[in-house]
Amino acid sequence: MLKDITLGQYFPGDTPAHRLDPRTKIILVVLYIVALFSAKSVISYGLVIATLIVCVRISHVGAGALFRGLKPVVIIIAFTGVLNLFYTPGNTLVQMGIFRITDAGVRNAVYMILRIMLLIMGTFLLTYTTSPISLTDGLERLMNPLKRLRVPVHELSMMMSIALRFIPTLIEETDKIMSAQRARGADFESGNLFHRAKAMIPILVPLFISAFRRADELAVAMECRCYHGGEGRTKLHVLRYARRDAAALTCGCAITAGIIVLARLGY
Amino acid sequence: MKPILQVENLTHTYGVGTPFERSAVEGISFEVGEGEFLGIIGHTGSGKSTLIQHLNGLLKPSSGRILLDGKDIWAEPKKIRNVRFQVGLVFQYPEYQLFEETVYKDIAFGPSNMGRSGDELDHCIREAAKLVGIREETLQKSPFELSGGQKRRVALAGVLAMEPKILILDEPTAGLDPAGRENLMANIQDYHRNRGGTVILVSHSMDEIAQNVDRILVLKSAHVLMNGTPREVFARAGELLSAGLDVPQITRVAMALREQGVDIDPAVYTVEELQRELLELRKGGAAC
Repeated sequence: MLKDITLGQYFPGDTPAHRLDPRTKIILVVLYIVALFSAKSVISYGLVIATLIVCVRISHVGAGALFRGLKPVVIIIAFTGVLNLFYTPGNTLVQMGIFRITDAGVRNAVYMILRIMLLIMGTFLLTYTTSPISLTDGLERLMNPLKRLRVPVHELSMMMSIALRFIPTLIEETDKIMSAQRARGADFESGNLFHRAKAMIPILVPLFISAFRRADELAVAMECRCYHGGEGRTKLHVLRYARRDAAALTCGCAITAGIIVLARLGY
Repeated sequence: MKPILQVENLTHTYGVGTPFERSAVEGISFEVGEGEFLGIIGHTGSGKSTLIQHLNGLLKPSSGRILLDGKDIWAEPKKIRNVRFQVGLVFQYPEYQLFEETVYKDIAFGPSNMGRSGDELDHCIREAAKLVGIREETLQKSPFELSGGQKRRVALAGVLAMEPKILILDEPTAGLDPAGRENLMANIQDYHRNRGGTVILVSHSMDEIAQNVDRILVLKSAHVLMNGTPREVFARAGELLSAGLDVPQITRVAMALREQGVDIDPAVYTVEELQRELLELRKGGAAC
């Protein structure tokens, strides 16, 4: 069901992973992605996987929740895997008509699938352990230097926090509207593509109307509280780096550097 | 009274396997008789909404059964849509589900999903509109031009047009002004009396429940706390209050009088009853 979509969902907790500064976690995810895309061998992939497992263990996020996040992208993963499997030149292993599977193809397919899965799981770990508010807070602080270039950093992060904040609300709303239309006999599960697309109208129209209504209400509520953008605005919770952030960043840098060096050495 | 709907040991658990796992209803059993007007009352989060979504098969029980006319509604999961046509559910704030260009088309959504067409369809749309007091000329208007109360009537008509055997209403008067509230409840009462339809009303206004229903089901944190006639339920007014629920205003007056030492039945819940009780007391010569 719709509620199974875990995009941007936060699992409250009080583990070292939850307590880290959001800026640290964002930087760590960036480092993780760099490491992931530099990895070229079994050793470096193993290192990335081991790191992820350790992080998951620390954060007490269930493996089930992590894999559930992969569900929406299964098709993309499968597609990438198949493409890589058949279209990579190399030594032929199996020949089926015009299709040819090569040893390099198998290796590429496995690596690509692993890479996408690890990428998604790593970023999910960030959103699972960081509340949307502290996440955008961290992003805003990290992007602060861009203000000099007249990038509307505060507005961007405000937009992002509002968007994140409203994902669960809108999902809930969609669920409600779907139930209500189902109670009137709407059928979303059968019929061909055209039928199914048409069946979406009774959901989309009320959903859009309610989204606009909510946006209006939110704008009024913000103005009532004299919101006027980022200028001169102070924070209730000021982010501060702690010793654990330094430790986490050091580890992250070391692992990433290690993987890059390994890749350079041809592993 | 022949039971039309039976709920047996119903349990529903949300979010199995996540940190948010909790049971919204647990081991609930009750029956609804044919032609009965049942009220369901409970605090926010007591499981009312979850419970009613089981009655028309929108939610599948984690365990337990729901019998409609003696048949398990999940016996044939493919035919669950038929159950939804027989058990009409009007959600809270139903005006937010309107989507068609005209009121007429929106009311037609339910019955045409049932496969009705032509004169039959036209007939049930006009009948439903009449039941809730929507005028002929309103039928061709866009539902988005109407006032809040009017929209709600349209949404209600959208369910009534399916001519369900059982009508379930979740807080039908929430957010309406007093006049709109009374009007809507009068429409629902009319429907109940004239059609002999079974109605289940979910509300947290005790007064609204007291004035309308034959029987009350009180829910408290996922369980049934009480199940009886208004008189039986309000006789336990103290328990209701300690469960964080309201009692009708008249019952409150009676309770206050009793505390002052007036010998009065604490279970009265209508103005007429209280009047009768008080007059009788005076006749009896007791000090008032």
